[in-house]
Amino acid sequence: MANFVSLDNLLTPTSADAMRETPKTSGCSSSTSCGSSAGAGDLPPEVWNRIKDHPCYSEEAHHYFARMHVAVAPACNIQCHYCNRKYDCSNESRPGVVSEKLTPEQAMRKVITVANEVPQLSVLGIAGPGDACYDWKKTKETFSLVAKQIPDIKLCISTNGLALPDRVDELVDMNVDHVTITINMVDPAIGAKIYPWIFYKNKRYTGLEASQILHERQMQGLEMLTARGILTKINSVMIPGINDEHLKVVNAEVKKRGAFLHNIMPLISDPAHGTHFGLTGQRGPKHSELKALQDACAGGANLMRHCRQCRADAVGLLGEDRGQEFTMDQLPEEIAYDPSKRHAYREVVARERNDHVAAKQDATLTLGSADSDASILVAIATKGGGRINQHFGHAKEFQVYEASSAGVAFIGHRKVDDAYCQGGFGEDATLDSVIRTLDGIDIVLCSKIGDCPKDQLESAGIRVSDEWAYEYIESAISTHYTREYGALPQARRA
Amino acid sequence: MAYKIVASQCSVCGACEFECPNVAISMKRDMYVIDAVKCTQCEGHFDTPQCVSVCPMPDTCVPV
Repeated sequence: MANFVSLDNLLTPTSADAMRETPKTSGCSSSTSCGSSAGAGDLPPEVWNRIKDHPCYSEEAHHYFARMHVAVAPACNIQCHYCNRKYDCSNESRPGVVSEKLTPEQAMRKVITVANEVPQLSVLGIAGPGDACYDWKKTKETFSLVAKQIPDIKLCISTNGLALPDRVDELVDMNVDHVTITINMVDPAIGAKIYPWIFYKNKRYTGLEASQILHERQMQGLEMLTARGILTKINSVMIPGINDEHLKVVNAEVKKRGAFLHNIMPLISDPAHGTHFGLTGQRGPKHSELKALQDACAGGANLMRHCRQCRADAVGLLGEDRGQEFTMDQLPEEIAYDPSKRHAYREVVARERNDHVAAKQDATLTLGSADSDASILVAIATKGGGRINQHFGHAKEFQVYEASSAGVAFIGHRKVDDAYCQGGFGEDATLDSVIRTLDGIDIVLCSKIGDCPKDQLESAGIRVSDEWAYEYIESAISTHYTREYGALPQARRA
Repeated sequence: MAYKIVASQCSVCGACEFECPNVAISMKRDMYVIDAVKCTQCEGHFDTPQCVSVCPMPDTCVPV
């Protein structure tokens, strides 16, 4: 089982020392990520209870909980220049892409199968590959079938907003507590460069008129959700030269209308995907441009920085995709829901989480005592659980944290194109690309690394350490930081 | 006259199926087809054929 913290792993020792004694040698798997970095202490208890198990709405939850999307809603009512729904590839990870479309009945079987085998599962989302509110009958039937079988699963949808106002009351009736609207503009002149057409009230609209209607419906939908207390996340695709500066205005406008979270995502643009932007050479933003925009939006709507832009049929923790383990041909014809694994896992997480929170508070105190203005970027190889528990060569992505005397903050992730170690040996060509991926990182923390890649990274100016294998991420970073930059003697912690 | 779907271009999203006011579109062997007998080109219902207006693939719902 190649999941991040296997149930077995968690049911046994939870101290880092004990974990080091019994290192797991599970195969390559990646870590996680989509949400707010706000934790229990920063939010009203009522809100925290609604997001604490939702990996996309809570950065903390994304270390522990998994989501799955079922591709039951292929029809869409708008066209976006970054989307090509004809494209289908199981190796591709980006929104709108799926390998097989499901009927609501097939989707129910898939959800039950996953719930029985992936104890981290907490959320069922419908994110297309078209629009969940437009292809409504299938969305609604799927939710109703699943909710009958697994009453405690959180239901979640993603929509472009055009059909949303017509569905809000039914969403409330179905207990859908989390809705994501993709809003790329609040100015139709900018919208006209992103949306060639929309289909609304039996008519195709183009140009400014299309974006004007879409904008009005998106704002109306957001206001209606806010009025009903549904937590709303806004996704925005950052398109350099088109809406990059404008997204600051979008951030302010959605905050004003009650959005809980704003997720600014980089445009994925590749000619091979066959999208309009891909074919016309529109580029996506660099890591640094995305971070600069996110930082400029700080103080507005809460920003989500752990989004992995997952597929419309993704399964698992945010940074891993186990969808290929659960294709239709692998699903049993008949299956009954067995809640035992999910319940056992939740109890373990509840314990582990208290530990983790205490470790984080310690880390903040430790850093607060540091006598330095230095700010460093640390890349972590993790399979989840908030710990440094992945072999360097197995990491498909690194989680990036910023450490300063103000504390440790999660700031995003860096994907590695192909996991560098495929079956135990490294290839230099791929290691070079990992080194490029880690540009600007001061130190990499992992559970283990070979001497050869370590030397190469260090000659590229990137330090690596496996000294803190299986420790909590924040504890390791704070210890490293104070060792490097010094702590006031009286505040040094054991 | 009626409309037909160019199967090689169809993305099989199904939007045309539920927009068709004549229930003329259905799934046959994993592909949507238009029943030429039922298709009225949406005359009397809408200004433009609904399958053409909603289809995300250019030139895929076309006159027979």
